[in-house]
Amino acid sequence: MMKKCKRKPLLIAFLHFSTVLLLLYGCNSNATHESDFMSPNIARGGYTQQGDMAIAAPPFNEEGIFPCSDCHAEEVTNPQRRKLVDMHEDISEMFDHDSENRWCLDCHNADDRDYLRLASGKLLSFKESQKLCGQCHGDKYRDWKVGVHGKRTGDWNGKKQYLLCVHCHNPHSPHFKPIKPMPPPVRQKDIY
Amino acid sequence: MQKKQKNSSRRDFLKKIPVVAAGTVAMASCSPEEWDDFLQQSFRTLSKEEKDAIIKNLEKKYTEKYGKPFTVSAEPATEGILFGYALDLSRCVGCRRCVYACVDENNQSRDPQVHWIQVLQMDKIKGIDLAHADVHYNPETVPEEGHFYMPVACQQCRNPQCTTVCPTKATYQDEDGIVVVDYDWCIGCRYCMAACPYGARHFNWGEPSIPEEDVNPATHYLGNRPRPKGVVEKCTFCIQRVRKGKYPACVEICPTGSRKFGNLLDPNSEIRYILENKRVLVFKEELNTQPKFYYFFGV
Amino acid sequence: MKSLRFLRGCFRIIVSGGRVYYASLFFLLVLVVWGALGYIGQLQDGLVVTNMRDSVSWGFYIGNFTFLVGVAAAAVMLVIPAYIYNWKQIREIVIFGEILAICAVIMCLSFIMVDIGHPLRFWHMLPLIGTMNFPSSILSWDFFVLSTYFLINIVVVTHLLYKQFYKKEYNKSFILPMVLLSIPAAIAIHTVTAFLYNALPARPFWNSALLAPRFLTTAFCSGPAILILLFQVLRKTTKFEIKDEVIFTIAELMVYAMFIYLFFTVSEFFKEFYSNTEHIVYWEYLLLGVERNREIAFYSWASIAMGFTAFLLFLIPKTRKNLFTLNIGAILIYFSVYLEKGITLIVPGFTPDTLGQYFFYVPSDTEIRTAVMIFSAGAILFTFISKIAIAILFEGFSIDSLKKKVSTT
Repeated sequence: MMKKCKRKPLLIAFLHFSTVLLLLYGCNSNATHESDFMSPNIARGGYTQQGDMAIAAPPFNEEGIFPCSDCHAEEVTNPQRRKLVDMHEDISEMFDHDSENRWCLDCHNADDRDYLRLASGKLLSFKESQKLCGQCHGDKYRDWKVGVHGKRTGDWNGKKQYLLCVHCHNPHSPHFKPIKPMPPPVRQKDIY
Repeated sequence: MQKKQKNSSRRDFLKKIPVVAAGTVAMASCSPEEWDDFLQQSFRTLSKEEKDAIIKNLEKKYTEKYGKPFTVSAEPATEGILFGYALDLSRCVGCRRCVYACVDENNQSRDPQVHWIQVLQMDKIKGIDLAHADVHYNPETVPEEGHFYMPVACQQCRNPQCTTVCPTKATYQDEDGIVVVDYDWCIGCRYCMAACPYGARHFNWGEPSIPEEDVNPATHYLGNRPRPKGVVEKCTFCIQRVRKGKYPACVEICPTGSRKFGNLLDPNSEIRYILENKRVLVFKEELNTQPKFYYFFGV
Repeated sequence: MKSLRFLRGCFRIIVSGGRVYYASLFFLLVLVVWGALGYIGQLQDGLVVTNMRDSVSWGFYIGNFTFLVGVAAAAVMLVIPAYIYNWKQIREIVIFGEILAICAVIMCLSFIMVDIGHPLRFWHMLPLIGTMNFPSSILSWDFFVLSTYFLINIVVVTHLLYKQFYKKEYNKSFILPMVLLSIPAAIAIHTVTAFLYNALPARPFWNSALLAPRFLTTAFCSGPAILILLFQVLRKTTKFEIKDEVIFTIAELMVYAMFIYLFFTVSEFFKEFYSNTEHIVYWEYLLLGVERNREIAFYSWASIAMGFTAFLLFLIPKTRKNLFTLNIGAILIYFSVYLEKGITLIVPGFTPDTLGQYFFYVPSDTEIRTAVMIFSAGAILFTFISKIAIAILFEGFSIDSLKKKVSTT
């Protein structure tokens, strides 16, 4: 508890940058994502238990954006690949995830938008989106499952908390942009 | 070179007379506690009762000094645990979050500044080449084009030079592999600093200072308890955390998940998975220090 | 009662002297006080008042320590030629050599004391009461050989002077083995001090097998240089007799030492610069400086120039056998070795540091003042002990003179 308070300045610094905070993962992945892994969303959403892993809830970046069916239930699905204009145009704008070959409905389930869809047609809840990522990024998924890719917090020898892929990578634009470094150490000649 | 250019004027001279006098008086009138401090034996050789008494004293002292309740743990190593660490060079972006999380967690002096972690910026084209490494890089954003980053702290050698050269055995490798310093036994000769190939040891050149509100009161005797001036300190893998099962502070803060930690003796640990499935390197392997701190390439 | 009288006699010798004597004592005392006031600042604020930092964690103090170990060692090594050539003054050479050694060892330990962060915890490294890390720590070895050496010298000197004082023949079967033992001990203190730096894989600059041999050869230059000058002073001011030939022979021995030293240095240079490995950076800093930081390079070239000039002065028979040029040579080689051991050996070992970072170190005011304090105090101590020795050896200060004085008063 005390540790939390103590870190406050650091946390604030983090949140301050978080609008541009881009978390970097992987070899050449530099992408922006509004909600970084430290965002309050995690705290609000808590963790869900999947097998023996406690995984943080998905980081939806706006209140009321989920469930998607609130809006989409009324809409008629237009399966035509296109640039979005009236809604989600921001996503359409930034979309950079093999954009040459893919678009929204390759991952989002067309008939029930509260689900994601694997290539096999199997539906996935947003809480297990890592499986969707894993169908292409198998090596990263394997590493993530054993704790090599991604971050674990908690007990090294006991209960650990995991982050989803999408906590660090914006699924629509997984490349990171660089972040501001903390200050360099004082030069030794200036220590006196 | 901008030293305090004092000590020379007559006024300073006069100022010092009371200090000399006070020093002499202080010597003559040392309180029993001060004598106890002076005569205190090396922590390893003390009995449980003696340790408890010393720790109780310390907790009281720190609590008074920093105005919040302190705990000083003396949690020993657990059998069957050998701590190991791995850092993913392909993911670290050099943001230095770890440096400052470490400072906060481990009560390093803010002024004069002490950093247990040095992050080296290297040229991709040169590889791990210290002649082209820079710790003072300060661009708007990291990572910078053409560079990679290599944070260096204590490498927790299996064959540590620092403990070999210590004339008083004040620094030693505990059973779980953590190299610790007994701050009350260290005489401050800095031989270990000359011997350490990783610049991992830091000396308290002046009186360490930590703002009361920033001090971390959950401490370990051999780890992050506030240090006196004139002793050497170093990374302990956050001994106060890891001996209670927690990850080190740097692992928890790292925004890229580059830092991995675990028990080298547990075949199912993350660290063992990395050794088994990734290619690792140790820093300055030619020196035969045999670090338990590994660097690896996650991709 | 007797010993009390002896001490009182010694005290009288120390306090009696001419105007020059008092003036120089006063001067040294002023320096001690001036230095001590600087040192008090360090005691108060910690070593932050020095210019040492994490990158260069040893500096001027340890350099002076190293230099003085050499002085301590070499003074006694003069006993070897004295013994081999069967010089008549061997007893005097032994006594003054060992007095110098005693003072040098005391100064060495003082430099260690001012360098460590907690001088009061010094006892932690002692055996039995502390936890001496023996045999693993070379610093423990160094402490061990230095104290052994100190004890041998103090026993020999006191015994010789004591017996002379009581007009008795000294115990040859006791003293000769001690003196002979002091020779390997002298070699040991300097070798072990070299080993202190030598076998640290973290510091490639020192990690050369030539380091200990280089230490010994430099010691053979600086120690006798002091004694050559001292003998001439003694010859002028006391009944001490030493022939010019003996001085020239010492100088001749020094030439060999200097030649070997230069040869070792050239060998090091060649190896480092021709192989041009990553370890070249220390040598570049030593000789060329880095980014206009050329302080160390300045000292380094000054040391080389002085050493080389001294070598020439000692090599050429004409200048070697001229006391004036010889003395210049002695002074030059002394300061050459002082700069080499005091500054250019230690600092480049840390520059750049183990992570390749540069911190440019030159001693701070406090460091210089503290060093001045120790050197001045050492000089006072040396003057006092020498004065007593001179009185006993050459001025007839003895138990009889004390008795006479008692009877006259």
